[in-house]
Amino acid sequence: MSDLQEGRSGRPNRSDESTTQSPDEETQLPSRRRKVAGRLIRNRLALLGSGIVLALVLTALFAPYIAPYDPVEQDYAALEQPPSLEHPFGTDTLGRDVFSRVVFGAKYAVFLGLVIVGFEMLLGVTLGLVAGYYGGMVESVIMRVVDVALSIPGVVLALAIAGMLGGGLIPLVIAISLVGWRGFTRLVRGDVKGVMEEEYIDAAKGAGVSDARLIVQHILPNVASSIIVYATLTIPTVILWAAGLSFLGMGVSPPTPEWGALIANGRGEIDDAWWISTFPGLAIMVTVIGFNVLGDGLRDALDPRQSEL
Amino acid sequence: MTDPLLAIDDLHVHFHTEEGTVEALDGVDLEVYGDEVVGVIGESGCGKTVTMLSVMGLLQSPPAEVVGGSIRYDGRDLLTCSESELNEIRGEEISMIYQDPMTSLNPVLTVGRQVSEVLLAHRDISKRDARERSVEMLDACGLADPERLMDEYPHSLSGGMRQRVMIAMALVTEPNLLIADEPTTALDVTIQAQVMEVLRELRSDHEVSIVFITHDLPLVSEIADRIAVMYAGTVAETCSVERLFDRPLHPYTRKLTESIPKLDQPATRLPSIDGTVPSLVDPPDGCRFASRCPQFIGEECRSVTPALTDVSGTGRHEVACHLYTDVSEASPPWPVDDEDRTAQQPTAETDDGGRR
Repeated sequence: MSDLQEGRSGRPNRSDESTTQSPDEETQLPSRRRKVAGRLIRNRLALLGSGIVLALVLTALFAPYIAPYDPVEQDYAALEQPPSLEHPFGTDTLGRDVFSRVVFGAKYAVFLGLVIVGFEMLLGVTLGLVAGYYGGMVESVIMRVVDVALSIPGVVLALAIAGMLGGGLIPLVIAISLVGWRGFTRLVRGDVKGVMEEEYIDAAKGAGVSDARLIVQHILPNVASSIIVYATLTIPTVILWAAGLSFLGMGVSPPTPEWGALIANGRGEIDDAWWISTFPGLAIMVTVIGFNVLGDGLRDALDPRQSEL
Repeated sequence: MTDPLLAIDDLHVHFHTEEGTVEALDGVDLEVYGDEVVGVIGESGCGKTVTMLSVMGLLQSPPAEVVGGSIRYDGRDLLTCSESELNEIRGEEISMIYQDPMTSLNPVLTVGRQVSEVLLAHRDISKRDARERSVEMLDACGLADPERLMDEYPHSLSGGMRQRVMIAMALVTEPNLLIADEPTTALDVTIQAQVMEVLRELRSDHEVSIVFITHDLPLVSEIADRIAVMYAGTVAETCSVERLFDRPLHPYTRKLTESIPKLDQPATRLPSIDGTVPSLVDPPDGCRFASRCPQFIGEECRSVTPALTDVSGTGRHEVACHLYTDVSEASPPWPVDDEDRTAQQPTAETDDGGRR
């Protein structure tokens, strides 16, 4: 009994710690959102990351205006041209402009990254919330499924699913989504269990708030910041995976300027025409670094205490 | 007498822990009538909070298990209510204020959302109306500039402000019963006085019964009509505040009132009760106070659990002690009532006199 009471008052709590933050900072920046934005801007690396991601998104949006050539148009007069002013990234074996193809590839990277992570979140976060909130049998079943799923190597699983569904954009999305949700479930379920211990959840329950309302209105906002960070850090992984599966021929079909497919396309000529594979590879690298740095920055900005550790 | 609003009858709650089964509540009886303030006092771990969490249906199960008894609110048995039925009662008809305002507000939701949330969860009401109601309630709880406060996050509020927000949350639906679980324990004395003032004012404005849990006897006597003294998972005595100070009947209550520091007496070492509370894992049979009781009678104290019995004849003063039951022949060494027993035991007058 006394144990129980001590547990109630003795547990570490977030709200308590937040009050110990400097009070001036609180009054100067009334909104939490502005505070987060402020911290993000002060972090130079995160700013760089945001810059890269912004550039990527803009490139994807305005690809037709940025690309000097049609990404699938073949020019037999300019086969395997090295980088030049006319073709900044050179041309491939069929005379297609590599720069234009990389620019259009950004569309696929952004699309795949966002859509796949969106699906993963939808599935993973929902299951994590349910598992963490209800506990007991429900939790056991969900978490065992996660454990089983995690015991299968992700690439193998994704390849198998993509192979089963046949190549193409939609199977690629499904295959990677079905692999990636597990991380979200684990993360969210753990966070939810932590939040459930908090007294304000009891208080909300005591105010007669229904389960669904409690999960969506009271618990989800408390775990949102880690979901945002995890999602940002998952996007580059997803882009890499999509590129990897496409490289292995399980993704989008050949003429589509997807970065992984572009690398695969040039791998036979790597000795004679290094630029065909190298530039899409660099594009992937820069994108992945950009998202990773942004994700790290977001984590620091959303939870300053964690970065002090 | 009218039916009680809340009637807890012979409530037994066990906690299944690794050390064994903790018999946290062992037959708690408590009644709360309409428009009445009942103070529940007792030391840490005596089951005050567990009793109230049982009423709210908020006991974590497992490890908690309600083994027996009933909790009737307004004719309904709360223990057999489904979760959704409970949700209709909680917040709407019975509200609770929690011990620690620092941890009882959700740090990522604005004050406004948390207060209006209670209304939105219970009423078919527009967000705008809910907000308007919430602002009024914050204002009624003595919070300055409630409009601005609605958009603040809890971390920018002081402890006293947070507790007022909690009170506003609890009362915004105008419940019939408010359970205040040590609402001032985490606050300093001046804030404590302000919060008590808010509670008193709200009580005079709204018709609401309050169960006020505390271990601060002088504090609760300011607001309560009736006091229930709990000891080790049982109710030892219930009576009016006046009688509690004038004529405490249970040996534990007597010891308790003796240990309150008094301004008009020299500051000497405060009297305390020898011994410790028995372990609630496999507790002793009989009266749970037996091992520490200065009026220990004999075998009956160790073997028979004393039932809460009415000694005043009006049902307003109940004691669970063998000094007053038929099990024992012993009679109390102090007067029970002015009329009948003082005459028999005039010597006890001095014993009682110092406490008035």
